[in-house]
Amino acid sequence: MAMATAETGVIGGIAARFRICPASGLKIDLAAQRLIKANAVAAIVFLAIGGLFGLMVALTRWQAVHLLPADMFYLVLTAHGLDVLLLWILFFEMAVLYFASAVLLNCRLAAPRIAWLGFVLMLGGGLLTNVTVLQGQSSVMFTSYPPLQAHPNFYLGLILFAVGALLGCLVFLGTLVIAKEEKTYEGSIPLVTFGALTACIIAIFTIASGAIILIPTWLWSIGYISEINTVMYKLVWWAMGHSSQQVNVSAHVAIWYAIIAILLGAKPLSEKVSRTAFFLYILFLQLASAHHLLVEPGVSAEWRVFNTSYFMYMAVLGSMIHGMTVPGAIEAAQRRNGYTRGAFEWLRKAPWGNPAFSGMFLSLVMFGFLGGISGVVLGTEQINIMLHNTLYVPGHFHATVVAGTTLAFMAVTYLLLPLIFQRQVIWPRLAKWQPYLFGIGVAGISLFMMGAGTLGVARRHWDVAFSDATLSFAYPAAAFLMLALNGLSAVMAAIGGALFVVIVVASVLWGKPVDASNIVESLGPMPQRQVGDAVSSYGNAGTWKLPGTYILVSVFFTAFVLYYFVNWKYLSQLWPMG
Amino acid sequence: MAIHPPEKRVWWNEPIEKDEIIWIVIAFLWGLVMFGAMVYWHIEGRQNLSTQAYRIDPAVFEKRTEAFTKQFKVREEGTTGIPVARPPAGGDVYMLSRLWEWWPVLELEKGRSYRLHLSSLDWQHGFSLQPVNINIQVHPGIEHVITLTPTETGTFSVVCNEFCGIGHHTMVGRIHVVEPGSAAGGKPQ
Ligand code: HEM
Ligand SMILES: [Cu+2]
Ligand SMILES: [Cu+2]
Repeated sequence: MAMATAETGVIGGIAARFRICPASGLKIDLAAQRLIKANAVAAIVFLAIGGLFGLMVALTRWQAVHLLPADMFYLVLTAHGLDVLLLWILFFEMAVLYFASAVLLNCRLAAPRIAWLGFVLMLGGGLLTNVTVLQGQSSVMFTSYPPLQAHPNFYLGLILFAVGALLGCLVFLGTLVIAKEEKTYEGSIPLVTFGALTACIIAIFTIASGAIILIPTWLWSIGYISEINTVMYKLVWWAMGHSSQQVNVSAHVAIWYAIIAILLGAKPLSEKVSRTAFFLYILFLQLASAHHLLVEPGVSAEWRVFNTSYFMYMAVLGSMIHGMTVPGAIEAAQRRNGYTRGAFEWLRKAPWGNPAFSGMFLSLVMFGFLGGISGVVLGTEQINIMLHNTLYVPGHFHATVVAGTTLAFMAVTYLLLPLIFQRQVIWPRLAKWQPYLFGIGVAGISLFMMGAGTLGVARRHWDVAFSDATLSFAYPAAAFLMLALNGLSAVMAAIGGALFVVIVVASVLWGKPVDASNIVESLGPMPQRQVGDAVSSYGNAGTWKLPGTYILVSVFFTAFVLYYFVNWKYLSQLWPMG
Repeated sequence: MAIHPPEKRVWWNEPIEKDEIIWIVIAFLWGLVMFGAMVYWHIEGRQNLSTQAYRIDPAVFEKRTEAFTKQFKVREEGTTGIPVARPPAGGDVYMLSRLWEWWPVLELEKGRSYRLHLSSLDWQHGFSLQPVNINIQVHPGIEHVITLTPTETGTFSVVCNEFCGIGHHTMVGRIHVVEPGSAAGGKPQ
């Protein structure tokens, strides 16, 4: 049906079947295409399940609703963390890796069978852990800090899942090697593939850390090892848990670049700068484990200061660079497209009705303003004393991994539908609203959880009224208000999330097929080019200046500095301690 | 475009726009400022996490806390009659955590420094002093000694903010802070 051309290529003695992408003219390996589909579908199924759990958690923490009983709350919270943070994100990242290698490099996928084995392991492991959690006895939160102990299958499922993900990473690397050997592209790999490579390298490091900690913990749960050192566990567990957030950041930044390239024709302002920024992630990511040891006994202050700042904020520097070069690339492209009036015509006339663009831009803004700033503040050694294990922590990471990563993944899905699934988005007018609903809902969750956390409210806590405690206590009334607003935002985010799932599933099943005749319109609204294709080779070559981007970056920087010092001020009012 | 190989094969020799360099320099310097802020606070700031910690057998810690409580007990509090200990100002004080309580209740004097010993007898717990909002992780097998100086009088609660099983949300302890020299055994709450 949608296959423009099918051909059988015999390359390197191995037969691979391709179709030609009508939008780009690239060859698409059908094996890669099937794997991208399978991983994306699995991801979205777990997003749906995990998102529902998230809503239930939020409605329980809204004290007036208090949906679940305590044991169910802790069970569902454990499942929520696992299903969204691990399963949704990692399945989708496998799809991104195969897309950024086989598709963008115009190459066949290395060892599709290994990739399928990886998929099956991930699925089996994910299901095993889920079933174990849902059976009870393993409500240990996804972090499973010892001596709290889960059923052995909980750890076993995670190990299988990690091995599967590792195989996916190896297939990605293998594909890069094949593409280079078979000269399927000229020069260096594209920036998006470079970002995916960054993600892959970090992923391998995190999976290794995961193995180092989960295998002994599993042995401990079945009785082969008598004790797990509780501080060491956290150190190594978070070398997986936090570094893998750098995988997410690399993946979603790569997606930002991909979306603006496809929709706006945006080019990186400077390949050198953007690639260096990715490289900073690889150099400094492994230090981030320290973020989870800032108020732990027995860790030296020097170690904490050095590591929590990723060696003087070098990884933060990477993100701040992308935070300028991505909007800068958009502005340069839009100005080339003819939107040159004032500081912001380029932004006003951007394709806000295209969910891929609006999702991407909301992801960029919220990741920077909400997630980035709160993360640096939270990770400041002494300030962490005021925020550790409060709801501020989930508030922060819902801004990074939900508003940032998840929204970016949703946005790119609107392009994968026509490009890979070869289907049009079935209800474009509904899809137009989806990123706003989800994005604003998630902004609410993040802000209100941060607000409650600032007031001291504990995370992972069933009863902010402490009705069963022998000594009475309740958080301030403002905290209850924050939790109610959090619940309302969660409803909105859940509606936005459900809409996404429904639109994608319906489009895959019943969407209009895409072929050469309708591929361009299937990508959704795009800016009309008012001038012909520009000939400049850099984003902002020649006389283009980027006043809008400078203003955005200045506002960001001002907010960052103010908020940072306000928190030091709060800290200085705390009881002296040392 | 970012989805294609760089247009110039030798992209690493391309000049970088001035404005991009300015932003990179600003971001880099800001990183140094933030790094320096943490170091500065260790020298001049008064809120730093103590790095005094010792390995300890939970049973030993329990004994010490019991001895401490027995010695300085002034009254009982709450529905279960938790002892309240009023140690001499400036001395060592003990608080243990276990499923699901902080024990004993402490009564301290405002403006005096105490060496607070924290440890857990079973799982990890989270010492979260409210509404002051001081949060410290408590591990079994590690005794953490924190020098703490209350600066306001009143009744403060210690919430557990590390998930520790089904009773986690019932785990509340208490610290009273009174004016120096006020009579021990003050009003029970
Ligand atoms: C409708 C969407 C969502 C809602 C309403 C929601 C809400 C929540 C709430 C209320 C908590 C509990 C905070 C606490 O009591 O400690 C939570 C925890 C968490 N959420 Fe979400 N969330 C959503 C989506 C996501 C997504 C997409 C991700 C990951 C990509 C995610 C990752 C997490 C993680 C890792 C935790 C921590 C679990 C733990 O403490 O063990 N959430 N979420
Ligand atoms: Cu506890
Ligand atoms: Cu607890």
